[in-house]
Amino acid sequence: MNEDNVIEAAGLTKRYGNAVAVDHISFTVGRGEIFGLLGPNGAGKTTTILMLLGLTDISGGAVSVLGFNPAREPLSVKRRVGYLPDTVGFYDQLSAADNMRYTARLIGFKKQDREKRIADALDRVGLAEFAGNRVGTFSRGMRQRLGLAEILMKGAQIAILDEPTSGLDPHATAELLAIIRGFKSEGVSVLLSSHLLERVQSVCDRVALFSGGRIALMGSVADLGRQVLGGGYVVDIEADGAGLAERLTLIPGVSGVERTGIGKLRLHADRDVRPEAAVEVVAMQGRLKYLGVQEPSLDAIYTRYFEARPDAAMTAKTGARHAA
Amino acid sequence: MRREGSAFQGLGVVVLKELSDHLTSVRMRVLEWLVVLVALAALYGAIQQIKETTAEDPFLFLRLFTTSRDPLPSFVSFISFLVPLMAIGLGFDAVNGEYNRRTLSRILSQPIYRDALLFGKFLAGLMTLAISLITLWLLVIGLGLLLIGIPPGAEEIGRSFLFLLVTIIYAGVWLALALLFSIVFRSAATAALVTLGIWLFITFIWPVLAGAVAQIIAPLDPRYTALGLPTPATAQAEHILARLSPATLFAETVVALLDPTTRSLGPIYLSQLQGAVLGAPLPLSESMLIAWPQTVGMIAGAILLFVIGYVTFQRQEVRA
Repeated sequence: MNEDNVIEAAGLTKRYGNAVAVDHISFTVGRGEIFGLLGPNGAGKTTTILMLLGLTDISGGAVSVLGFNPAREPLSVKRRVGYLPDTVGFYDQLSAADNMRYTARLIGFKKQDREKRIADALDRVGLAEFAGNRVGTFSRGMRQRLGLAEILMKGAQIAILDEPTSGLDPHATAELLAIIRGFKSEGVSVLLSSHLLERVQSVCDRVALFSGGRIALMGSVADLGRQVLGGGYVVDIEADGAGLAERLTLIPGVSGVERTGIGKLRLHADRDVRPEAAVEVVAMQGRLKYLGVQEPSLDAIYTRYFEARPDAAMTAKTGARHAA
Repeated sequence: MRREGSAFQGLGVVVLKELSDHLTSVRMRVLEWLVVLVALAALYGAIQQIKETTAEDPFLFLRLFTTSRDPLPSFVSFISFLVPLMAIGLGFDAVNGEYNRRTLSRILSQPIYRDALLFGKFLAGLMTLAISLITLWLLVIGLGLLLIGIPPGAEEIGRSFLFLLVTIIYAGVWLALALLFSIVFRSAATAALVTLGIWLFITFIWPVLAGAVAQIIAPLDPRYTALGLPTPATAQAEHILARLSPATLFAETVVALLDPTTRSLGPIYLSQLQGAVLGAPLPLSESMLIAWPQTVGMIAGAILLFVIGYVTFQRQEVRA
């Protein structure tokens, strides 16, 4: 196993009777990386996660989590991996701290260590003042944060988050994504699954797009954009100056310039031409008001990919039916 | 393929948590009050009855448990009625409750096996029932001392203590059944209804049905009927069928333990009674011998039900 990879899956397969929920998928997650499993409901994301944790049998293929085999050494895996299930539940009649204490005892932390870890973790996710409140009174966002606190308390090396942002309002989502970025800064690898593509796009280093139990596409969002959207960068410029459009056309790599409004231009290029464009504007003594490159959006990538391959979309649909 | 580590890692933690949940739950408090009030009523009736009878009885103290006075049934009948209800009340949402609260996958992603969770839940339920029953037992003995005024002998204490143990085992059978249905059915209401339905069937309908089915298996012999005697083969079949029900097993065990004059729990021929002094009490060890097969039957039933539940739980998907 490569030292830099915390999760390695090769040909991972899960069958329920004749239905295939996960079909020979292979991927790796590097140390300190945020890896996104994205795709529609029923595409096999949760099943993949449960196989990584040893919570469901593996029908075929090999998987290694931190060097352990989840099927044979589930305790070693579960001791080092934190899991936030889809719509996580807590014991409503117990307080937040008591819920955490139960988990801490199950992990086997000693008493003094336990209280300190719990207090630190609740503080990190901003729930310190609610530690004594019953979880029954918590909002959905607070429950999700409590779930993340549990992973922090555990001191996990990998955090596996299943649909962490679903059903949250934008503010709660932003808070949650900030905590997830915090994981990365501490060297914790994060594997998260979501069907909300754009929400998680901003935090993921790499993503795997699932469809019908297979990984359709994998890589960084920018790479996928180039691969699927036919490559090319789109640079928007807002500046004034006569003949600017003509000057910009001459920049090597620019394939076209279109006017999108008064003083607004859009460049299509095969690389990031922002520096050259800025130089041109300044050289013309023009006033540069805006210069930006459009990030490819996962939504666009996803839609375009399945438009281009109706057969793939077809498998995605039947796959979803099987898994449901 | 061998799994690493012990299947019981985290068992103690689960037991303590479930036990504290049970003991603080409103449901448990209601059940406890129900049992205490009902038991007091039965005890009151029994004591009134005992005070009126002047006949000497070497086992007067045991009469506390078995004597009834109209319209109240005896303490033992109340217990055999209420213990299954308590056990079902504690167990019917043990596992499906975790699914419905969506806590199961979070708990199982901690370094424990499913074994520890299920076994912990069963043990905690059994301990809760044991605590309630021991309290009730002490209460009955204490009240008996105060109200009758005759201290119980060592054998009476021994017999009533064995009765307590058997009652806990009987509770275990129903707890295992409730746990099994809490695994099989995702809805707690369905699990509760099915378990209660089975309890009603086994306790009230099966004893009647056993007689009818026995006559089909071994038809009545007209020669015995003409003499007004039961046909031996039919009686045998009826007994075997009735003993499939844990309620019958419990009733028989209790009779053997609390009534020292019980010599047999099945039909016997007159020839087998030759030389026996009818009505003379048996020593405790002999009564235990009579009750032993029934007790083992109940333990085996509890283990069987638990194992079926265990296997089902191991094969279940954890995703809700």
